[in-house]
Amino acid sequence: MSQPVVPSRTRADGEKLSVTLERGGPDGASYRQTFDVPAYDKQTVLDVVSWIQQNADPSVSYRFACRVGMCGSCAMMVNGVPRWTCRTHVSKVAKGGAMELAPLRNLPVIKDLVTDMDAFFDKWGAAEARHHPSQTRDDPIAAIDPDSPERQIADAAIECINCAVCYAACDTVAGDPDYLGPAALQRAWTLYNDAKEADPEAVLDAVTAKGGCHSCHSIGSCTAYCPNALDPVSAIAGLKRASAKRFFGARKR
Amino acid sequence: MSRALKRTMSRAHPLWLAYILHRLSGLGLVLFLPLHFWVLSLALDQAAQLDGFLALADLALFKFAEFGLVFLLALHMFGGLRLMALEWLPWSSRQKTLAAAAVAGSFLVSVSFLVQAI
Repeated sequence: MSQPVVPSRTRADGEKLSVTLERGGPDGASYRQTFDVPAYDKQTVLDVVSWIQQNADPSVSYRFACRVGMCGSCAMMVNGVPRWTCRTHVSKVAKGGAMELAPLRNLPVIKDLVTDMDAFFDKWGAAEARHHPSQTRDDPIAAIDPDSPERQIADAAIECINCAVCYAACDTVAGDPDYLGPAALQRAWTLYNDAKEADPEAVLDAVTAKGGCHSCHSIGSCTAYCPNALDPVSAIAGLKRASAKRFFGARKR
Repeated sequence: MSRALKRTMSRAHPLWLAYILHRLSGLGLVLFLPLHFWVLSLALDQAAQLDGFLALADLALFKFAEFGLVFLLALHMFGGLRLMALEWLPWSSRQKTLAAAAVAGSFLVSVSFLVQAI
């Protein structure tokens, strides 16, 4: 017996959303442009931007890939708040049928809603947030107890999708261009606690240099806005504690 | 409200507000301290001027300002304690809830004693 087809998106009767985009590139002054977009019962912010680009103005630039909250490429400022747009429902964020979209804060704009994320990723490197292998591929796979306290701490942040929402939310990044930012520091904290990490002290060296964890003012916007409910501000506090313990002579291993 | 301020306020959340209150109370105290030391310095060699100032200190408006000062001090102290707890105590959210409940409970008990005393 065939199942009845249930429309996934029912269109409201002629109802429109007023969507204002902040547009422009690095060479010209940014300007605001407002579009009327058909409102649907189930509609994400990314759906709205895609509708504008496909039906109203093909020159609108934006970035997305997976549409399911895994790739971390579609983040934008929605009514002043950084969000992953593919998993943000319009009904949760529109105010009086209107919405303002802008490129991510704290990153240079390439065009319209597309930002240059180089600085964000370069800081992951600067935070030494890369694995230093302790074994070779010829060694047997190391047995790690998933319930050990150290592994639990390392596991807490591995769901980061590099969307830069925390970076855009951070007021310390806004005031200090050298600050590594929540995502890179949280990644460093994960590595620092990873039993398979060969050089946790090198990680700590990198994150305690200028612009590192001690620049964090614990404002907590990273944790408040992380779409994956991660807790970078606590990870950075962990790095600060590790740094203080090392000052008094303690070493990781 | 300007657009920039509006956008900033749209990002406000409880921890952010705690941070801003801590900062603003700190700035208020920074403005107060030079004045405070200047008045204290009057006691050394300008007794008449100090007496004049102390007469001013009896005004109701001055008493109100003193309330504001104590309020700023309390705000800044609790802001600092909050920050130290946040950074030095790796508590789980359950532990934080229990700690907040303990503070709320002790506040309730102390206020009930205060009300009885009044």
